[in-house]
Amino acid sequence: MTLIFEKSIKDRRGVSLPQSDVPVKAIVPTALRRKTTAQFPEVSELDVVRHFTKLSQKNFSVDTQFYPLGSCTMKYNPRFTEKVAALSGFAELHPLLPQLRHGERFTQGALELLYGLEQLLCEITGMKNFTMQPLAGAHGELTGIMMIAAYHKAKGNKKKYIIVPDTAHGTNPATAIIAGYETVSIPTGPQGVMDLERLKKALTPEVAGMMLTCPDTLGIFNSDIDKIAQMVHDVDGLMYYDGANLNAILGRCRPGDIGFDVIHLNTHKTFTTPHGGGGPGAGPVGVSEKLVKYLPISRVVKNSDGQFVLNYAYPDSIGYVASFYGNFGLLVRAYAYILLLGKEGLIETSNHAVLNANYIMQSLKKFYHLPYPRTCMHECVLSAVHQAQRGVHAIDIAKYLIDQDVHPPTVYFPLTVKEAMMIEPTETESKQTIDEFIKLMIEVNRVSIENPEQFKDLPRRMPISRPDEVKAARDLNTNFFGRALDGPSAQNKTAVHS
Amino acid sequence: MNPYIANTEADVKAMLDTIGVASIEDLFADIKPHQRPRSFALPSGKSEFEVIEDLKRLAEKNRSPLTLFVGGGYYDHYIPAAVDSLISRGEFFTAYTPYQPECSQGTLQSLYEFQSSLCTLTQMEVANASLYDGGTAMYEAMMMAIRINGRNRIIMDGGVSPIYRKILKSYTSNLAIEFVETPVVHGQADRGHIRKALNKETAAVILQNPNFFGAIDDHSDLVQAAHSVGALVIESVYPISLGLLKTPGEMGVDITVGEGQSLGLPLNFGGPYLGFLAAKKEFVRKMPGRIVGQTVDGLGRRCFVNTLQAREQHIRREKATSNICTNVSLCALRALIYMCLLGRQGLVDLAQLNLDKAEYARACLEKIPGVEVKRSSPTFNEFTVCLPHDASAVVETMIDRGFAAGFPCGRYYQGMDNYMIVAVTEKRTKQEIDQFAENLKDVLARFS
Repeated sequence: MTLIFEKSIKDRRGVSLPQSDVPVKAIVPTALRRKTTAQFPEVSELDVVRHFTKLSQKNFSVDTQFYPLGSCTMKYNPRFTEKVAALSGFAELHPLLPQLRHGERFTQGALELLYGLEQLLCEITGMKNFTMQPLAGAHGELTGIMMIAAYHKAKGNKKKYIIVPDTAHGTNPATAIIAGYETVSIPTGPQGVMDLERLKKALTPEVAGMMLTCPDTLGIFNSDIDKIAQMVHDVDGLMYYDGANLNAILGRCRPGDIGFDVIHLNTHKTFTTPHGGGGPGAGPVGVSEKLVKYLPISRVVKNSDGQFVLNYAYPDSIGYVASFYGNFGLLVRAYAYILLLGKEGLIETSNHAVLNANYIMQSLKKFYHLPYPRTCMHECVLSAVHQAQRGVHAIDIAKYLIDQDVHPPTVYFPLTVKEAMMIEPTETESKQTIDEFIKLMIEVNRVSIENPEQFKDLPRRMPISRPDEVKAARDLNTNFFGRALDGPSAQNKTAVHS
Repeated sequence: MNPYIANTEADVKAMLDTIGVASIEDLFADIKPHQRPRSFALPSGKSEFEVIEDLKRLAEKNRSPLTLFVGGGYYDHYIPAAVDSLISRGEFFTAYTPYQPECSQGTLQSLYEFQSSLCTLTQMEVANASLYDGGTAMYEAMMMAIRINGRNRIIMDGGVSPIYRKILKSYTSNLAIEFVETPVVHGQADRGHIRKALNKETAAVILQNPNFFGAIDDHSDLVQAAHSVGALVIESVYPISLGLLKTPGEMGVDITVGEGQSLGLPLNFGGPYLGFLAAKKEFVRKMPGRIVGQTVDGLGRRCFVNTLQAREQHIRREKATSNICTNVSLCALRALIYMCLLGRQGLVDLAQLNLDKAEYARACLEKIPGVEVKRSSPTFNEFTVCLPHDASAVVETMIDRGFAAGFPCGRYYQGMDNYMIVAVTEKRTKQEIDQFAENLKDVLARFS
C-alpha cells in the first residue's frame, strides 16, 4: 500500500496548533539549529484517518479472527478496561509528582491501585511481594535474574550457570546471558517433561538457578515440579517461574507454593491487557521471602495512617529497572480485570482455557501427530510430520489457515518438536468457533492427502502473498528516506572506529 | 462469574464427552493434591459498572488537574483526538507481534513508517521498531556500543537524566563495566572532564540534548574527540525539540535514543511510554529489538517484514543482541500518527511555540525578586531557576495553589537544593504563566 510519505502534498496540514499568545519570538542560535526540516508527510487529518484505517484492515486481530497463537494467550480484551485506563486522573498524571516533597499525597489513588494490585498478584501466585516496575515479560525476566545474582553476591556464592530446559522461550537463555550468566540446556524426556537424570548431572554448586515455564511450552504440567525445585534449592540455586503460561493454573496451583522464588507475569497474557501489535506489555515480578530485600526501588508502602508512600530506603535493592512505577496504564487495566473476575472468575478462566485446549487436542489427534499423548493444560502441541511427508509443512498449513481467515498457531516452537504447531485457544473462544477451527484443520489434512499442490503459493486471498524475506535482509531497506542500505558490505563491518 | 467465557453448560458437557473425562477437574490431575494452592483468598467478582465506579474513586484521589510546569523528560503536550481514535481500532489494538506478515501488513507498514519518521526526525540512517522507554533504550544503546567496539568503559555526562543513569547502573551491577560520570559545568557537559576521561578503553560517551537542566548544546566537538580514540557517542534527545534543534545526525552521533512520550502519548503516571533507538547504518546488525524492512511478495508487490531476525532471542536464544520480545508497537503507532498529523511545518511550529512560551515564562520568573534565572546556556522549553529558598518546599506550597511549579534539582543533585527545573509546553497559556509567576512571587514573599 502507498506509504503516508507518498501521499504528502506541499503545504497541506493535519492539525491546528494554538496561536502564540505570548509576546515573545525566541530564536535558537544558528549553530544550534537544524539545517533542514524533518520530512514528515504533509497530509490532512482525513488523509491520516483513511491511511491508518486502511492499514488496520490489513491486520488479523483477536477482534476480527480466531487467533490461537500458542504461548501468547490471545484472549478477548474487554473494553471497560480501556475506559478506566483513560480516566484523566490516571492518564494525565505526571510520574514525577510523587517525587516532589510529600508528593505522594497528590497521587494517592495511583499508589493505592499499585498497592492493591500487588496484594492481588501475591495471593494469585503465592509470592511474598511484587514489583510493578518491569515493562514487559522479558524485562521482568531480567529483573528476576538480577535479583538472583544479587542474592548470590550477598551470600558470597560463586555461581556461573542458569539452567533452562530445551523447551524454554527464547527470552530465557537471552536474559540469563545479558544478566552475566552462562546457560545450561536440559533436554526433555520421553514423557514431555524434563529429564531428571540429566538435571541431576547438571546441578553443580555453580548453578545459580533455573528458569522454567509451568506448564511448559508443550502445555504439560510437570508433576515433579516440586522435586525439581528441591534439587535446585539443594545446591542453593533459585527457581525462576516464567509466567507466560499462568493462564492455565489460576486457582489450581501457585508458583510460590511449589518452590518458585521469583516469577514474572505478562499482564498482556493472563490479565488481558491488549497486545497492541507487539506491546506495550507489563511484567510485574513477584518474589519469595528470601528475595524481598533485593526488589527494585521504589516500592509502594502503606503507612500506619493509611497513606501510601514510595519507599526508596532498601539498601540491598538492585535499584531502578525502569524510570518509574511500571507501565501504569496497563496495570490499571489488569487491576480492573482482576476485580471484575474475582476469585471464581479467575478459576473459571483456567478451567475453560484448559477445556478448550484439550478439546482441540482430542479432536485433532487422529489427523495430526501428537508427540506427547497426555492431558494438556491451556495449549497443545501437535506436529505436522505426517503432512510434511506429503510436502505440506507447518508453515504451509499456517498460510492455508490465513487464507481461511484464521490466525495460525505458533509454528516451529517449541524447537524440540518437529513441525510443531502450538495451539492456544484461550477461555474466551466458544465451542462453536473452536469446532469451525477443528473442521478446518481436518480439511487441511484431507487436502494434504488429496491435493498437496493446493498449498503452493498460499496465501492467495491476503493483500500480499509470501514476502521475499531473503531480499528484505539482503537489500536492507528500513527507512523510506535512506532508501536501500548497502546490506552485504555493512555485514562485514563492525568496529569502524577502532 | 466470568462474563468473557462463551461456553454454555451444554457446550462443556459435549466437550468433556469428546475428551473422555467426566469433569473439568479431571483435566487438572497432573497437579497433585500437595501442589494445590495453600490459599486463594481473593475477593468475589463485581459487575463492570461497579468496577468502573471503584476505579473512578481511585482516579479522583489523584490531585488533578494541576497546571503542569514539571517536565524532567516527560511533557504535557496536547494529543490530537485522531490519535486515540485510530489506535483504538481493534485490528491494531488486539493483534500481536507480526510473525505472519501476510496478515500483519497494517502493523508492519506502520512500523516501517515509524522507523522512517524517526530517521528523518533525528537524521540518523536506521531506527528500530521501538524499545520499552527512554531509560531502557539508553541501556540497550550502551550494550550495543560495547558489542560494537568490545570495550567496557562508559563516560556519562551529568546532564543525562539522573533516572536513566540509575537504570544503567542497576543493569550493569553484575557486569564488568566501568562508569565515569562527569559533572555539569554552567549547565552544560564539561568538555575538559570528558576529554580527559576519554581513552582507548572507552566504549561510549553518553550525552543528552537538551540536558536534564534544559540546556541545549552542539556536541559535535565531543563526537570528534570520542571518535579520535575509537569511542562511540550515544545521545538522548527530546523529539519535539528536534523541530528546531541541531540533530544528532548533524553532530555525527553514532546511536541516538530517547523517550517518545512527547509524541502523542499520555503521561500515564510513568508508562506505557516509547523508547526509540536510531543509529548509523553500519551498526544495524548490532541493534537490539525488532526491525521492519521493505521487500516484495511473490508478485513483486511492495510489502514489509520483520527483518534481520537472526539478531533476536526467538531465533538466536543465548546469542541474541538483546532479550527484548514484546516492545511497544502500539505506542510507536501513536507516535507515528502524531508525527503525521503534525506534518513537516507543524513540527517546526510546535517546537517554536514551546520555545516562545518557555522564553516568556523565563522572563516572567526573572522579574520576581530573589529568583535567578540561569542564562549561561540557551534552552528549549525547559530551564533552571535558582530560588532564594529550598525549591522542594516552594514546590510543595505551589501545589496547594494548583501549580506543579517545577522539579527540584536537590532530589538528584547535591548542593542544588534551591534550584528548580521549569518546563513549559504549548498547552500553557499566557494567563496560566502569568498566574504561575504571580503565585510564585507571592509564595516567595511569604517565605521570607
